[in-house]
Amino acid sequence: MWKWFHQLASPPHFYRIAPTFSLVLLLPGLALIAYGVYAGLFLAPMDYQQGDAFRIIYIHVPSAYLSLMAYMIMAVAGGIGLIWRMKLAHAVAASAAPLGAWFTFLALATGSIWGRPMWGTWWEWADPRMMSELILLFFYFGYMALRGAIDDTAKADKASAVLALVGVINVIIVHYSVTWWSSLHQGQTIMAKEGPAMDPGMLYPLLANIFGFTLLFGSLILRRTRTEVLFRERRTRWVKEMILAPEGQR
Amino acid sequence: MMESLAMGGYGAYVWTCFGLAAAVLIINEWRVRARQATVYKEIEVRIKALEDSA
Repeated sequence: MWKWFHQLASPPHFYRIAPTFSLVLLLPGLALIAYGVYAGLFLAPMDYQQGDAFRIIYIHVPSAYLSLMAYMIMAVAGGIGLIWRMKLAHAVAASAAPLGAWFTFLALATGSIWGRPMWGTWWEWADPRMMSELILLFFYFGYMALRGAIDDTAKADKASAVLALVGVINVIIVHYSVTWWSSLHQGQTIMAKEGPAMDPGMLYPLLANIFGFTLLFGSLILRRTRTEVLFRERRTRWVKEMILAPEGQR
Repeated sequence: MMESLAMGGYGAYVWTCFGLAAAVLIINEWRVRARQATVYKEIEVRIKALEDSA
């Protein structure tokens, strides 16, 4: 097990296998999303209160979920990099940030568009979940700005990992905001204690999109990390040998 | 057909959200590929230049 783990974490090995793993995630991810989007738009029954506007859920919830998961990956990978000085972990953390920021943007934008017809407003400053999600976006921006501001990669890795770990507090706030404070957002629905409080016809396309988005995210982060590894290892012998090798052997 | 696309009057909101999602996924797929190509090219140029000068 440990041998396998070490081998996986070795940069040249990771660089070689990442495209295959990426494809293995991408294809079922696209299939799930194709089903989720189609069923979400046309097959799922209309919500008795929200009409067809509720269909925004099929984008909003997966992206909001990923905005938090990407942050946790970034923070945990940063933490692993800090404690065990694992180079690949820092590359993963650095790659998670822009992806997480994009999904946070998507969650905020679709939430805003959904809020207009349902709550009568594009934005509500007093809503704890909206505010903490916006702060999440700022944490991503801050993380990327901090990395960009430090030329020394090792120093950038350490400083940004600390910032990422501090921001975990905000992720917890986003998650529990609907339970702790009164919010325009509804409480826990899929993970409700009594089981999902949702019609199966509505629920399955949502689960498909959540898993599909997650697989797509996995595929993207693998390839982003691969490029990050290549950049970090640009002065090493294996990169030189790979570049100078004949076309078919790269 | 048109009726289901109209989404009971919420079509503009619903389709904008799905369109945004498609855009974000396509942009990210494209950015990942573009970044890999750029980084690879830069390293290739540098290493080949070093080889030639050696």
